[in-house]
Amino acid sequence: MTASTATAAGGYAFAYLDDQTKRMIRRAILKAIAIPGHQVPFAARDMPMPYGWGTGGIQVTAAILGPADVLKVIDQGADDTTNAVSIRKFFKTTANVAVTTRTTEATVIQTRHRIPETPLGPGQILVYQVPIPEPLRFLEPRETETRVMHALADYGLMHVKLYEDIATHGRIAKTYAYPVKVEGRYVMDPSPTPKFDNPKMHLSPALQLFGAGREKRIYALPPFTHVVSLDFEDHPFEPTRFDAPCALCGATGVYLDEVVTDDAGGRMFVCSDTDHCETRRAEGHHGTEWAGEATEATA
Amino acid sequence: MTDTLSTPLLSAENLGRDYGARIGCRDVAFDLFEGEVLAIVGESGSGKSTLLNLLSGQLAPTAGRVAYRMRDGATRDLGSLSEAERRFLFRTDWGFVHQDATRGLRMGVSAGGNVGERLMAVGERHYGRIRAAAEDWLGRVEIDTTRIDEKPTAYSGGMRQRLQIARNLVTAPRLVFMDEPTGGLDVSVQARLLDLVRGLVADLGLAVIVVTHDLAVARLLSHRTMVMKDGRVIEQGLTDRVLDDPREAYTQLLVSSILQP
Amino acid sequence: MSEAMTLSAEPVLAVRDVAKRFVMHLRDGLEIPVVDHVSFDVRGGECVVLGGPSGAGKSSILKMVFGNYGVDRGAIRIGGPAGVVDVATATPREILALRRSTIGYVSQFLRAVPRVATIDVVMEPALAQGDDAATARARAGDLLTRLHVPERLWGLAPATFSGGEQQRVNIARGLVARRALLLLDEPTASLDAANRAAVVELIEAEKAAGVALLGIFHDTDVRDRVATRIVDVTTFAAGRIAA
Repeated sequence: MTASTATAAGGYAFAYLDDQTKRMIRRAILKAIAIPGHQVPFAARDMPMPYGWGTGGIQVTAAILGPADVLKVIDQGADDTTNAVSIRKFFKTTANVAVTTRTTEATVIQTRHRIPETPLGPGQILVYQVPIPEPLRFLEPRETETRVMHALADYGLMHVKLYEDIATHGRIAKTYAYPVKVEGRYVMDPSPTPKFDNPKMHLSPALQLFGAGREKRIYALPPFTHVVSLDFEDHPFEPTRFDAPCALCGATGVYLDEVVTDDAGGRMFVCSDTDHCETRRAEGHHGTEWAGEATEATA
Repeated sequence: MTDTLSTPLLSAENLGRDYGARIGCRDVAFDLFEGEVLAIVGESGSGKSTLLNLLSGQLAPTAGRVAYRMRDGATRDLGSLSEAERRFLFRTDWGFVHQDATRGLRMGVSAGGNVGERLMAVGERHYGRIRAAAEDWLGRVEIDTTRIDEKPTAYSGGMRQRLQIARNLVTAPRLVFMDEPTGGLDVSVQARLLDLVRGLVADLGLAVIVVTHDLAVARLLSHRTMVMKDGRVIEQGLTDRVLDDPREAYTQLLVSSILQP
Repeated sequence: MSEAMTLSAEPVLAVRDVAKRFVMHLRDGLEIPVVDHVSFDVRGGECVVLGGPSGAGKSSILKMVFGNYGVDRGAIRIGGPAGVVDVATATPREILALRRSTIGYVSQFLRAVPRVATIDVVMEPALAQGDDAATARARAGDLLTRLHVPERLWGLAPATFSGGEQQRVNIARGLVARRALLLLDEPTASLDAANRAAVVELIEAEKAAGVALLGIFHDTDVRDRVATRIVDVTTFAAGRIAA
């Protein structure tokens, strides 16, 4: 590790954090992997960016990143938003690692609120930025009590929330941060990912790490972990479905963002995962709105 | 061992709790059998709330013990139960009705959710069945079932107490603790609540330990009464005997201070 | 003693050398002796009436037999389904069991829950004893009819009734279950002639059925008609007779 420290740019340690801090975080990560879904406290450091910008995810990434890693950073599925660009730049500067926008090429993917559409494979690590790790927080405000509830698997309250949804809306209205049960034991908040992504967590060959900087918690899903979305027998979990395919690449069964195209109410639905969309278009897949742009691009 | 007629449901043995030099309660001993209603009466500071907390395992005794016969027939010392077992008791075989309904209810959750919570806590995962059970129980405590989706904040004091009772009884507990269940309610609302509780207790064969300063509550609900003063039980026996033929000076004072209707 | 043929060998109730006094702590421990050396039996099929002036302790004896008042000395043995129980030393649980199975108490005052219908108030002890609802209802209805409580009132709570009506509801309630021992605390006080006659008839029916009855009747006419024997309570006077 002293070698990597020596390679740091601008006088910073490799990947910004000092070795002792990284060791502390790695110990927390190992414990989290050993107890899937359990929130492990860690001594989160102040990072050179405000809370809410992914300080938890960045510390996890910094602790696991090696010089040979290839890093991808997405924000709501996109590689090109401010948050994604600045985090990518941060690690390029402090760790001098290779960066990519291609899901398949990345060894470490830091994400804010999406799981890539391209299935992850063995050896890949997905790092989630988590604002509020405690799934019981809004049902039971006392931290002392929620810890006991986790310890005793006392999760009736979680279903009360879902019951309230059905009683009020006729269905479970929660569309993101949809609670899951991990390996039949811990109830976990998957961070504010859309519930569309919940099934991707189940039995994923990739390692999934969750970091909450302000709340100072790390939790994890080791590869091939059972992850089940909470539901009722007569109101089973249903991932979000979209009626139309992506307007750009024609993909179906992917998560779509609504894009407003003009001031007259015009809009279209396109892939939230920009890499997935671009890859498909490069492979020759076209959606309804693609033709014009394609002509322009090839012109 | 599991003879439900001859084995007490709950036994207090030499039970006591001190707060440093101050006595919370001392030397309490009694057996409670299934279907029995025991009233603990006394004034504020007499130790009756401390005793209730000891009996319900929410406070650890500094002397003696509380034994409870579990549903499997085995009698266990409450102090030897793990936190998980204690909580399981509390959401299945026990109920606890607080004087302040906001402590016994989730005020941000609908009436149906309040009643259904215990079912969900013990693994019920069928929305339709949970809702049907909630409707059934709201009906049994005389709450209009069309108000099932309203939060308790929209309920009157008497309705909140009845909702609290429904929430507790949905898992068919064998023992219910009640802490001043009619405290703070209007007299007419009190009468209706007591009437309801009396009926449910008889129909379901519940064992109840009710703490009250109101002797009328003791008379109407309980079979047996314990009178507490300065942390000790000074007189106990059949409720009508304690109230009609009180032996101790303090009990005579209590009885003589109430207005006879 | 015309009912001698129906008397059982063992008394249903045996009171032996019972003493009772009140200690009024609020009046500097003033002791009020009530009765002493109370001894008598009641057998099945007889109606024993406690006689003596007001304040002689008749009502206290009845309440001690019911377990409502404590006993300072002596024994009150009652034959129940689980054998003989001494009420003077029995646990609350044993006394409650005895009240459910063996002793009925007809007092002057009805202590009923405000909102329960009359018919349900009356039939409750029969249900508690294990009768099915139809049988209990039929028996309750029969008693109410004989006591001239009109059927239109059966669905109403007795709390709103007149004193006499409430008393008759209470008599019906006291008689609805099959008890081996019935305690009657002035059941005919303030009743009109027709209802007094109805009560006398019901008491006679209980006697014929082998029930042991112990009662207080201020109405000498009724007393003479129902009493098998009169036990003079003044012979149990303790120290002095309370005012």
